[in-house]
Amino acid sequence: MAETVLELRDVKKVFSDGTEALKGITSTVKKGELVSIIGSSGAGKSTLLRSINRLNDPTGGEILFQGKNILSFKRRDLRQYRRHMGMIFQGYNLVKRSSVIQNVLHGRLGYMNTLSGGFGHFSKEDSFYALEVLSRVGLKDQAFKRADELSGGQQQRVGIARAIAQNPDILLADEPIASLDPNSSWNVMNYLKQISKEDEITTIVNLHQVDFAREFADRIIGVKAGEIVFDGPPAHLTERKTQMIYTT
Amino acid sequence: MSEMKQEKNRTTKNLIITVAAVFFFFSLFQLDVISETFLASFDGLLGITSTMFPPTLDEPIDIFGAAVESLQVAIMGTVFGILFSILLAAFAARNLAPHWSISYAVKTFAAFVRAVPALIWALLFIVAVGLGPTPRILALAVNSIGMLVKIYAESIEEIDESVLDAVKATGASKFQVIMQGVVPMLLSTFISWSVFRFDINIRYAAVLGVVGAGGIGWELVRASRMLAYDQMLAITLVIFGMILAVEMLTRFMKDRVIQVNAKASS
Ligand SMILES: Nc1ncnc2c1ncn2[C@@H]1O[C@H](COP(=O)(O)OP(=O)(O)OP(=O)(O)O)[C@@H](O)[C@H]1O
Ligand SMILES: [Mg+2]
Repeated sequence: MAETVLELRDVKKVFSDGTEALKGITSTVKKGELVSIIGSSGAGKSTLLRSINRLNDPTGGEILFQGKNILSFKRRDLRQYRRHMGMIFQGYNLVKRSSVIQNVLHGRLGYMNTLSGGFGHFSKEDSFYALEVLSRVGLKDQAFKRADELSGGQQQRVGIARAIAQNPDILLADEPIASLDPNSSWNVMNYLKQISKEDEITTIVNLHQVDFAREFADRIIGVKAGEIVFDGPPAHLTERKTQMIYTT
Repeated sequence: MSEMKQEKNRTTKNLIITVAAVFFFFSLFQLDVISETFLASFDGLLGITSTMFPPTLDEPIDIFGAAVESLQVAIMGTVFGILFSILLAAFAARNLAPHWSISYAVKTFAAFVRAVPALIWALLFIVAVGLGPTPRILALAVNSIGMLVKIYAESIEEIDESVLDAVKATGASKFQVIMQGVVPMLLSTFISWSVFRFDINIRYAAVLGVVGAGGIGWELVRASRMLAYDQMLAITLVIFGMILAVEMLTRFMKDRVIQVNAKASS
């Protein structure tokens, strides 16, 4: 049995307007696992993922990483924790006016001191590493273009490269293919799976499309109204259970 | 259905054109534009034009000095304008302002400043600080602030926060998020508008000399008072050359900015 890398204990999130987005999520994730979270719109998938790297702060429970409750982390610890967590977004969220390689180098910021990182004095090794990561997602030739000159699928691969450049333990992907056509979606998911398997990076992917979740995930977690209502391998996700997850 | 719509559109267009034409001719008669004075003015213009040639400069060195002074005024006014605008824009942008009322207040102030022409500012500052280049610098600075605060604040408001989330998620510090995320998003807008403003200020600096007793605008007024049309033409040509040179310079700077932007990120 592989070791546990992340443990969620009764994680809750109530937004300031009173919305209960997470109502006590408890689960463990194992090393190298590719977990897909599915659920209808507003179920709390994004909130859950963003709680893991503290882009939003849970209002209750514990999240354990390497034996520590990361919810108590402040500034320095939080920065160091975040570099273990690569994140990929639905809207790619690249700095559009900066070059592709610059965006990938942002993945190194967490390892640099504030000043040299701020002024963009990346080391030679980091630059070579960024190029290497770009060639892993098939974009070596595009390294010096402006990020917004690339197609959607290419931009999302830059997003993956940025996350990989962090040398993360966990990849968090929030609907990485929701804005892409089926072909690019397939392509992006393939890169994601390939890298997560090769580097044994635990990957948690929010997906809208159940088909993709079945195809790519080792394990599927169904979320409904802030609670886990299904947790198991794709084979156990029957038609009836899928319907149960998606009916409100 | 769509044919009917097209038909209707065409009728509306014809109506507008007819009304506009009628109004034009009505205005022509109402304002008494086609009268002897209008026709006579051609003669007058012809007379003046003939006295303009050849363009001459009595004291060429003085003109050159005046041109340089106007340029200096424009540079100083632009630099001060940009610095204060950046400061004020931080309070005018809704997503940065400590409170919405402050943002509202700063924006209203900028709108007011914008509504007052540069010439009026120059007159006000002459009263306040006396003649010389200072009132013109202040007038240009204030006039620039009116425009730049609005534009800077709007581009700050358009910052895509989700991109900043992504940079933050890598473990970047706040300073790094600003330098690597916010600055690239703002830089090219900031620079191209500032350069554009410099362009405007050069023209204004020449014109403001008219009231400010100095710079090349003053030389122009002096020549016109003496009815020295040949000198006026020469001075106008110098102004034209100045603006042309700056135009080329700013275009060069803009190209450089685009290059530097691409380079800075490699
Ligand atoms: N910043 C916020 N303030 C208040 N409520 C929020 C905020 N963000 C999300 N919510 C609410 O929390 C609930 C969960 O939202 P979340 O974005 O996690 O859903 P999701 O499963 O990711 O949905 P989608 O598939 O549409 O992305 C929703 O009811 C949403 O309206
Ligand atoms: Mg979501």
